Amino acid sequence: MADAILEVFRGDRQGGKTEQYRVPVAPGMVVLDAIHYIQGHLAPDLAVRWNCKAAKCGSCSAEVNGRPRLMCKTRMDALPLDQPIKVFPMKSFPILKDLVTDVSWNYKINKKIPPFTPRPGTDWKVYQDDVDRVQEFRKCIECFLCQDVCHVLRDHDKFEQFAGPRFFVRVAGLEMHPVDGKSRAKLLRDELGIGFCNITKCCTEVCPEEIHITDNAIIPLKERVVDQFYDPVLMLVRKIRGVNEDSK
Amino acid sequence: MTTKFETHEHDVLIIGAGGAGLCAAIEALAQGASVGVVCKSLLGKAHTVMAEGGIAAAMANVDRADDWRTHFRDTMRGGKFLNNWRMAQLHAQEAPDRIRDLEQWGALFDRTSDGQILQRAFGGHTYKRLCHVGDRTGLEMIRTLQDRGVALGIDVYMECAVTRLLKDGDRVAGAFGYWREQGRFVVFKAKSVVLATGGIGKIYKITSNSWEYTADGMALAYEAGAELKDMEFVQFHPTGMVWPPGVQGILVTEAVRGEGGILRNKNGERFMEKYDPKRMELSTRDVVARAIYTEVREGRGSEHGGAFLDISQKPAEYVKKKLPSMYHQFLELADVDITKGPMEVGPTCHYVMGGVRVDPETAESTVSGLYAAGEVAAGLHGANRLGGNSLSDLLVFGRRAGMAAAQAAKKVRQATIDQTQVDKAEREMLAPFQNGNGESPYAIHRDLQETMQKLVGIFRVEADLQQALQELEKLQERARRMHVDGSRMFNPGWHLSYDLQSMLTISEAVTRSALARRESRGAHSRIDYPSLDATWGKQNNVVSSQKGTMMLRQEPVPAMPEELQKLLADEAEAVAGKGK
Repeated sequence: MADAILEVFRGDRQGGKTEQYRVPVAPGMVVLDAIHYIQGHLAPDLAVRWNCKAAKCGSCSAEVNGRPRLMCKTRMDALPLDQPIKVFPMKSFPILKDLVTDVSWNYKINKKIPPFTPRPGTDWKVYQDDVDRVQEFRKCIECFLCQDVCHVLRDHDKFEQFAGPRFFVRVAGLEMHPVDGKSRAKLLRDELGIGFCNITKCCTEVCPEEIHITDNAIIPLKERVVDQFYDPVLMLVRKIRGVNEDSK
Repeated sequence: MTTKFETHEHDVLIIGAGGAGLCAAIEALAQGASVGVVCKSLLGKAHTVMAEGGIAAAMANVDRADDWRTHFRDTMRGGKFLNNWRMAQLHAQEAPDRIRDLEQWGALFDRTSDGQILQRAFGGHTYKRLCHVGDRTGLEMIRTLQDRGVALGIDVYMECAVTRLLKDGDRVAGAFGYWREQGRFVVFKAKSVVLATGGIGKIYKITSNSWEYTADGMALAYEAGAELKDMEFVQFHPTGMVWPPGVQGILVTEAVRGEGGILRNKNGERFMEKYDPKRMELSTRDVVARAIYTEVREGRGSEHGGAFLDISQKPAEYVKKKLPSMYHQFLELADVDITKGPMEVGPTCHYVMGGVRVDPETAESTVSGLYAAGEVAAGLHGANRLGGNSLSDLLVFGRRAGMAAAQAAKKVRQATIDQTQVDKAEREMLAPFQNGNGESPYAIHRDLQETMQKLVGIFRVEADLQQALQELEKLQERARRMHVDGSRMFNPGWHLSYDLQSMLTISEAVTRSALARRESRGAHSRIDYPSLDATWGKQNNVVSSQKGTMMLRQEPVPAMPEELQKLLADEAEAVAGKGK
């Protein structure tokens, strides 16, 4: 089989440039294999994150030919090999070195989300039908590609006001958990900035787990926020019943 | 005393943030200890995330007859009675409660029609016992533990690697390591240290394990004076992907067989009929791996040197629902639609039963204050691990280690850090930059993997093992002169230079133990000693460092109390071997 040329970003916080590497292509090879070949034979100090190499851990996120992807899932034979394959780090996060970015912001946002809180007195009987819709959200492997592609973060830099699709997926998993009794609607509106999302669905497109982020997580959460804070009838009912805004 | 390096202080330091490490952290926090967790990757990426099939626990939700005694018996039987009986007992008794913990922390398992946790069949388990979430159980488990830990406020040192344990006399006093990002060194002071570092798969060429599985926990313990046990028992999972070459070794979950997958050779024969007619595809992993290997060696393998695993007789929707990751994995990486045709599979190095020798109740090693839980520890699985018993191991013994480590920490004062140990650890780490014309660690690692794969693989023989020892000596010599380029900033070549040392040490422990055990038992198959041996059935191999030299000795398997012996009476004798 022919060789491929990889054009890989090399650099750090101070800046950098691309380097070209020639890599022999084997059947079924993925971009991460090519990166490993470069490490093993051409540039042992090439920095890259990876773990499972089976699309289960979400570590090897990068931008291949301009598209946010898991390198372990991106087949070389699906790319045009007559031109260099461009491999860049995720653009939305500060670069650390080469293909490794500083994703620590995500871990900080995550801490804001109140944990799973079972309803008092639950008997833990849970049925598959109720589990099915939540399991989709729990498939998330935290590759942060949805965060990388989201224009609210990528182009508008709203890291202070907006949590990004990953954390709407996490909140959806908690809010729709059949046993959870806590409402996170206020948090979604005030701290996670769900209102900034204008449902362009870019996140859904890049999700390697094929989670319907926009349709199944973000839109229902937006509806919850509307129900809780902007529906006059429901507001009145709550007032009469004296329901706390932290409970569902 | 102070050191020139960044220093952190905790009651309990946990090395590793997979299932065992996080369970230890959660429990140690509950005990009121100050806890630090150090992990080489980002939080949530540890190897536990790759576990697919399920967590074994005798909940009896599906098969009402199940109870801990049956789980205990299956575990001992699977381990060919080399297991530490007390660990197997505690594990079987406590696993159901640990599943309930997970559920109360938000885990959502697949359900039975009456709203309970669903359980599936798996190799070597008498009853349907594996609590699962499709084929991504490990992800559900790690995310649940991660969320729980974050909610409790654990301090996590991400992308930080420990290279030395520090000691104060006979007691562990902390650890020395480096930040992967900047390459800066860091010192941790701790009253107790828990190793939860996982396994050793990267010493083999074909493995389901990630880069993290470099035997570092066992090497840290060994260098600190702890004993290692059962190192000859390396599990080759029967079903890894074999084609295309880039995906070779990636795991194909046993759940495929649990859900009814059938193994065939190239002639279409269901060959498990020959090797285990009773349990067929759901025989234990050692048996199925040897069966596939034998079919291939005798010329009945698939085109790329494997066997065919077929689940396509089940309805396509069912396969996609119960095995979604397998469906996508094969479709995207191998161009195979598993709802329509068979997968090509072959053995892949998956797990090590051996590891740090620990006390069954507390998970403490033979070094005071040093604990080990999960794959890095030995004892529960004996000569062969049953599928599903790994995740439950992490839950049960991770928690026990965290509890014991926190309780012990209450009774002692912070030890002092010995600056000469820190200086030595620093010098060792910097040496590869200073070596002039040595090789890249990548080249030496490739040769190590070839050597172990070829000479210390599924089938072993005296001459190969002897040759492996000689090869390992040469590799160790090459590693002493290896050279690393570039800076200390996120430099994978430099990181590998340390990992390689751990892998070389532990490869030697595996090989020496394999050479000593002149019988075939569980995952250890000797061509020159193909049967069980009664004498070897009563002893474990123990490896330790004596003044820098690796020493191997045998130790009797602890005797079981009578009431447990009765549970095993039917077959214990048969499996222990009748003698020569």
